[in-house]
Amino acid sequence: MKRLFDPASAAPALISMAGVTLFAVLFLHAESQSAILGLCIGMAVALFLLARFGWNALATASFAGHSRTAQASVVAGVLVIAAVFYDQHFPLLMLASVLLYIVVCLGLNIQFGYAGVVNFAGAAFFGIGCYTAAVLTNHTALPHLLVVLAGGLMAAVIGSLLILPVLRTYGHYAALITIAFGILFRVFLEVNDALGGPQGMKLPGMEIFGWKLNDGLVFGETEISFYANYVLLALAMAAVAFMLVRRLERSWIGLALDAVRLDETACAAFGIDVARWKITAFTLGNFLAGLAGAVYAMMTGFVAPNSFTFGDSLILVSIVLLGGIGNPWGLTVAAAVVVMLPEKLQFIQEYRLLLYAGLVILILLFRPGGLMPRQVRDYLPGWKP
Amino acid sequence: MTLGLLSQYVFNGLMLGMIYAMVAVGFTLFFGVLDVIKFSHGDVLMVGAFTGLATYLGLEALGIDSPLTQLLVMTVVASLSMALLGALIAKYLVLPLRLAPPLNTLLITLMLGSVLREVVRLFYPQGSNPKPFPRLLPADFVSFGSFTLRADSMILLLAGFAAIVAVHLVITRTKLGLAIRAVAQDAETARIMGINFEFIVLLTFAIGSGMAALGGLMNGLYYNEINFGMGLLLGVIGFSAAVIGGLGNIYGAILGGFLFSALQSIGAVSLPALFPGTSTAYKDVFAFAVVIMFMAWRPTGLIAEKKSERV
Repeated sequence: MKRLFDPASAAPALISMAGVTLFAVLFLHAESQSAILGLCIGMAVALFLLARFGWNALATASFAGHSRTAQASVVAGVLVIAAVFYDQHFPLLMLASVLLYIVVCLGLNIQFGYAGVVNFAGAAFFGIGCYTAAVLTNHTALPHLLVVLAGGLMAAVIGSLLILPVLRTYGHYAALITIAFGILFRVFLEVNDALGGPQGMKLPGMEIFGWKLNDGLVFGETEISFYANYVLLALAMAAVAFMLVRRLERSWIGLALDAVRLDETACAAFGIDVARWKITAFTLGNFLAGLAGAVYAMMTGFVAPNSFTFGDSLILVSIVLLGGIGNPWGLTVAAAVVVMLPEKLQFIQEYRLLLYAGLVILILLFRPGGLMPRQVRDYLPGWKP
Repeated sequence: MTLGLLSQYVFNGLMLGMIYAMVAVGFTLFFGVLDVIKFSHGDVLMVGAFTGLATYLGLEALGIDSPLTQLLVMTVVASLSMALLGALIAKYLVLPLRLAPPLNTLLITLMLGSVLREVVRLFYPQGSNPKPFPRLLPADFVSFGSFTLRADSMILLLAGFAAIVAVHLVITRTKLGLAIRAVAQDAETARIMGINFEFIVLLTFAIGSGMAALGGLMNGLYYNEINFGMGLLLGVIGFSAAVIGGLGNIYGAILGGFLFSALQSIGAVSLPALFPGTSTAYKDVFAFAVVIMFMAWRPTGLIAEKKSERV
């Protein structure tokens, strides 16, 4: 049976997305701290009330039944936000950062959420992408799209050095390896003078086929912030990565990855190659982190070792956990909150690591599935046995 | 290199190795009884050092200025309060997650480590700056050519050794230690035999955390400076040392601690000699790279834990 687009059942999802977009616009627009705080409290109360009156179940069902419409509405929402703030640098920079963080966290999600390979060096792989971009743009004339690709490949290649120890160990031992690698990477950057040492490096903006992303477009009187270009690029990357992860999860590969996470012994007994899927997940995740890193470096025009600390890796892991491990939708929401909230609410900027760490502790104790727990695969939407 | 310089390196390495071993013993104790990694261990060490410093400042304010009394009170206050903190962590964060995947325990203690670090940074007066730690030990030294043997280092080395031996004796020679070993071997059977499981777990965490506080004080007395971030690196190093030695084995932890400090010293000495122009700051890069390679070679450490997987 061919499913036709049914406006009535898609309405809850579209209304939710419109509400979220409106909130995001107001949130980014608000200047005073009290207004921002008020908005956040208002949103929390509204979410609580909606949950009380059964809206969540309605919206969830609607999202599940119309995943394409829902995804398109998210893209449209981001475009609306970008259009509203077309001439302001700061909101657009934040928007692009959120989108790039989503790409990194999707990568971590493949590792943690599906294959169960721990990676506490997310920021390091992101940093490898950043530094690859910095070195290549400064010292070679490689086209910038290839530089982005090289960032991803470099992260995947350096990550593959860790594959042997990660495969041979399990659990805590594997965690130690990535933690040690993260610290090693940071120390290496700090003492390496060729890479700028603690001061870091500057790099030029991105240029795709002669289109300089760092030049804002001008239409007559109005000038569009150049960050809008990066928002579009990051949006495209995030959308592709999101589709990739969703399709990966739905496919037989996703099933194999879940099996590897849940029981390696049973997996091996059923002929699933544990090592192969762990390598796939680890490499793919690092590749995504490296891609995002390369674009991020070219967007901000500056890389320094201090952006890739162990604390930053922990923030990335917190995003994946807070959102709901294994749920790409959850980490999208969590990335937006975790990246934007401290930037707007200045008084929590200083306390942000404390806040996230505390939140993750509470989540692990009381709701281990995360705020939006992963649902069981739904191959036939709406089908009930 | 002269013999004097060499012995200086060896002595410094021993000193560092002792601190690492004390941290590693904690990791290995926790892993033994509960099969968990308490990653906040390094940060507990840091909080212990800060507690010691605060106690010192309090004693100064009270007008007690005999170094020996100060040192004793600091040690007692720091190790007891950290023992309490360790037991609280075990009771409210580690034990409730006993049935959850091991990753969750690792994560929750990692996050707790961040909380402790941030709390000290934000709420200790000027916590984000390094703090000078008082010199309470006699500063006498004997020189043999270019080798200086400092009395305070010697005292610290002996104190660390005594602490490790004491823990070892408690575990191998007392009834309490017997209970700890029983829980480590098989928690279920230990319970049937009438051992108070929760009490033993809390006690083990208290002992390990008290050791961490001692390590923190030693670190402060040796470097005469502490800062809020010192726990992270020490925690990772202690964990590496415990893993190199083989988790769950107390001798392995001690061995691992000294091996790690040996690696650092080798890195600091040999890298600039082999590749002129490289700085000694690469010593940590070298040490961690060797640890990663070592893990690929012996995934369960030098003295492997004896286990077979039941399917």
